[in-house]
Parts: sequence; structure tokens; C-alpha cells
Amino acid sequence: MTTDTLLDIPPPAPATDTIKPVSTWQLRRWPETRDTSIPAWIYSDPSLFAREMEVFYDGPGWSFVGLECEVDLPGAFKRSWIGQRPVIMVHGEDGAINVLENRCAHRGSMLCWENKGVVKDFTCPYHHWNYDLQGNLLGLPFFRGAMGKGGMPRDFQKSEHGLRKLRVATLGGIVWATFSDQAPSLEDYLGEEIHGLVWRATGSGKKKLRLLGYNRQLLPCNWKLYLENSRDPYHATLLHSFFLTFGLLRTDTAFKAVPTIGGRHAIMASTYSAATAGQQNEVTKQLASLKTDFTLEDMEVVKPVDEMGDSSMINFSVLPSVFFQQHGNSLALRHLIPKSVSETELSWTHYGFVNDDEDMNRRRLKQANLMGPAGYVAIDDSEVLAKMQPVAESAPESVQVVTMGGTGHVPQDTMLTETLIRGFYSYYREKMGL
Amino acid sequence: MDMIHPPPVDASALRARMRDLNDDYAAALDDLDFAGWAGFFTDDCHYRVVSLENFKEGLPLSTMECHGAGSLRDRIAAIKTTAVFEPRTLRHIVGGVRIVQPADDDIRAQASFAIFESLSDREPHLFMTGRYLDRVVRAGDTLKLQERICVFDNYRVRTSLVFPV
Repeated sequence: MTTDTLLDIPPPAPATDTIKPVSTWQLRRWPETRDTSIPAWIYSDPSLFAREMEVFYDGPGWSFVGLECEVDLPGAFKRSWIGQRPVIMVHGEDGAINVLENRCAHRGSMLCWENKGVVKDFTCPYHHWNYDLQGNLLGLPFFRGAMGKGGMPRDFQKSEHGLRKLRVATLGGIVWATFSDQAPSLEDYLGEEIHGLVWRATGSGKKKLRLLGYNRQLLPCNWKLYLENSRDPYHATLLHSFFLTFGLLRTDTAFKAVPTIGGRHAIMASTYSAATAGQQNEVTKQLASLKTDFTLEDMEVVKPVDEMGDSSMINFSVLPSVFFQQHGNSLALRHLIPKSVSETELSWTHYGFVNDDEDMNRRRLKQANLMGPAGYVAIDDSEVLAKMQPVAESAPESVQVVTMGGTGHVPQDTMLTETLIRGFYSYYREKMGL
Repeated sequence: MDMIHPPPVDASALRARMRDLNDDYAAALDDLDFAGWAGFFTDDCHYRVVSLENFKEGLPLSTMECHGAGSLRDRIAAIKTTAVFEPRTLRHIVGGVRIVQPADDDIRAQASFAIFESLSDREPHLFMTGRYLDRVVRAGDTLKLQERICVFDNYRVRTSLVFPV
């Protein structure tokens, strides 16, 4: 290339208030049958994904970060993520839990590289800027230079260069955070029903959580495919024949699908009865996937005890980042961490309670075989979603249909409904302006 | 059991037999011969697949866990009967076999594994690496696994772990 051609390049147009960059997602149009259609481009458009991260993860909502019991002494920390952004959850010297962006205020490098640990303070590996457990900048090397040369300007204020501190709230031993000053209180964001269910799932204030361990998997699919899956009782009646066969979830028992706050969150509540678990009737006989001749030698894996005292298994999805699991006695928080438009990390934090007896502890660990990357039930989901993503990418203008159970998104008392998915997309379109 | 490598002991004959056991174990899994796989364990076995993260922290949760031969058979039956998954071919490479305690009634052995996975429409990729931590007993002329803890190095499992490790 010669100098001449370089000089031929016109200068950039002057910036004006009227010209704004347009992202491809802004040119998209949702299909006309809005309430019951999902266009495939929402799973593959990188510009839409970037906007979703701003709206749902940086915006005025609350995200799951971790459990208080994971950082139960001063200086104990754990790395986590809010959307794509890395954060540190740390137990401060004053006993409060702080959530700090894991990004040095100097050059933006990752500050903390360990998944867990106990520290007195944080030092960035790059230029050794040092922060206290509240994220305040304590000091930096060569603040006044050396031998009369270099150093920071005289008016540099350390107090203006701390780590990004997030708003933090705890509920039932669970730590939540938000980047947004505009977010309502956690209580208002969750709403009364979800707030009550978080309280129920965490022992109703009478118990302390105990960490049992983690399962992590990388799903080759868009984050919304997993979020929909966790709000879709219809598939559970068909895909998950393990559930059906052992009566852990079935279409002939009482069930409630409840979207809350206009579809922001979603509740799936089912009843479990040990008496009917093994029985068949007219409904179950219709299910081709029911494997009536399949039995287990160790039946405890499918025989929960009613620990909440309400004969219910209540699972619920809290936008944008967490699903509360109660499958039998296997309790877990599934943390949804989008990595790109086509990759999502799913991190499972399994928990019990400090006062669990040996039998309950064994039951929780045994029933955990149903869930996670190798779960008797959960494998079905990760495999199906992995095969959905390439098809969605191959035909972005194609449209999915979600009409099971009607066209609205009101609460329904059947598993044979997509009301929770319709509710989510109603909420989603409103927030995204689509 | 911590992850620091204990010094190996001089048990070359035992070591050779553990190499054979691991090669045959790998072949059974590569062939999807799960009945053959279960045959490597004692009736009162403990089998556990666990992340290095959980293992190092001493957390009890496993990604896959079986207590006893019946529980191994349940895992096999679920894979064959109810699980929905994409067809795949696996290749298990086991090496670095070491005997860390040769006591006749309580043999402790270790080995490293690598598992390559070829999905139905893809090239092979490295699916998982890790270590087997074993307690082995003599059963007549053969060696049987009384405990096999498969500690995998992956921070995350790639999509799903369908078959035993």
C-alpha cells in the first residue's frame, strides 16, 4: 500500500447528536403473533446479546452471587460472576459481605485469580495496587516516584480510585448484588411470592446453610435456552422419563405454573406423594417414555422425605441468574453465567443444612445423582439444548411456537403449559424494546 | 487422601497388573461394555467421579457416585433405559500407574486418565483429564477395585458426562 492510498481515506465524519450507531438487533422485528412466537435470531445475534447483558445483568435487577457460608470468616473470599463480569464476594472485617468487581481500578486487569481463599487485602498482580476488603485503594508502589522522578500527580486521590463496589443484599444466607443504583430493594425485585419461596428453600430462618459442593458445566447454547428450559414443565413430562418412571414429577398430580411480576420470575410447584409415586393410571399409560419395567436396586435415590412439611417440591427461576432446585431432597442453586451468545456456564451449588442428620446428608448426596452434568434427569436437558443452538444459528429467521396451554401468561394448574415461557418473553420484549 | 504424589514403592509385579487392569478397564468403557466395566469392582465398592475443586476443598458432593454393585447397575440401566443423549465415541487413555501402598489387604494405587470424546458429527476433542485414586483388593487371582475416586481436573464439564469415567 502506498502513502497516496492512505491519504485517500476520507476523514471521519464529525460526530453529531443526530447520528447514533445502529446495532443489528435494533433492525429486528418480533414475529406478528407476538405472544406465542419466538424468533431464532434471539439466540445468535451478538449485538442483541451485548444489549441483554446491559439490560438484565448490568441493569436494575439483582443477581445471585453465592452463599454466606462460603465466606464465613473475615477475609474469606470467593470469585463469582454477574453476567460476563467477574466479581469477588468477600467477608469484610466488620462482618458484612462485600461484592467487588474483580477488576483493578488502575488498568482493568483481573485482580483476584484464586477461586476461594482467605486474605487480609487484595493486591493486583500487574502493578501491585493494593485494596482493602471493602475495595478501598490502600496504596500503590512508587506513589511519589523514585529518586525524585516519576510518581503520581500531587492531586491524585486514592479515595477516588477504589474497586467498583456493588450494592449487596442477603436473604436466607444467600448473597445477591447489583451494579445498578436504580434497582429497587431486593425484596421488591423478588416480589412477595419469590421472597417467601427463597425463605422456604433456605430453612425459614430456623436453619443455617451448609455447602455440599459444586457442579459446573459449559453448555454450548445461548443463556435463554437454559432459562426457558427451567421454566418449561411440559418438556419434563416427556423428555425426562426417569422422573416419570419413578413418580418424582408426573402429570396426574397437583401442579402450579405461576409467572410473577409480569413474567420476570417463574414458579413451578408440584406435589409429591410416596403412595402414588409408583402407580400407573390413564394419564401415565399415555406416556411412551414411561419405562414401566425399569426398577432401581437402590431406590433411596428416588425416595425423598418431606423435609419442608408441605408435600411439595417447589422450583423457581429468578431473573436473570438463578434457579432454585428442590428435587426430592436434592437442594441446589443453579447459577446461569452467560459467556457469549452461544456459550453458557451452568454452576450448581448444592447445599443442605448444618443440623442435617446422617440419613438426610446421605439422601441429599445420593439424590444429587439426578442432577448436574451427569444427572439421571439433567443429562437430557444439556444434550437437547446443545443440539438446539446450531439449528437456531442456521436459520435465524425461523420461528418457534409456544402455544401449549393457550396464548396468555396467567398462572395455570397443569404441567401441560408454556405460560412461563410466554410470560418471560412478554417481560423480555418490554425491557428490550422489541 | 491429598493430591500430593506419595513416593512409589517397589512393587513392580503389582504395578504391571494394575497397568493391565487399567488398560482393560479403559477398553471396556471405550466399547461401551458397561457390564464389563462393573465387573472390575467389588460388591461393596465405592465409585465416585468428583471435580478437583470439590476434592481439594473436601466437599462431599460428587458428579457421579455409586455405593455397591447394585448402584453401579442402576447407573448402567439409567444410561441404557431413560437417558437421552447424542451418540458419541470415547477413547480412554490411562497412564502413569503407581502403587503407593502395596499392603496385601489394602493396596493403594493411582493413575492418570485422559478421555477424548467424538460426538456424532464432530472431530474428537479432549473431554476430561484427571486421576484415579484406587483401593484395590485381591479376589482370587484377580485384582478388584474396592474404591475408585475419579478426580477430574476440568473446572467445567463440557456439556454432559454421560458415561462413567
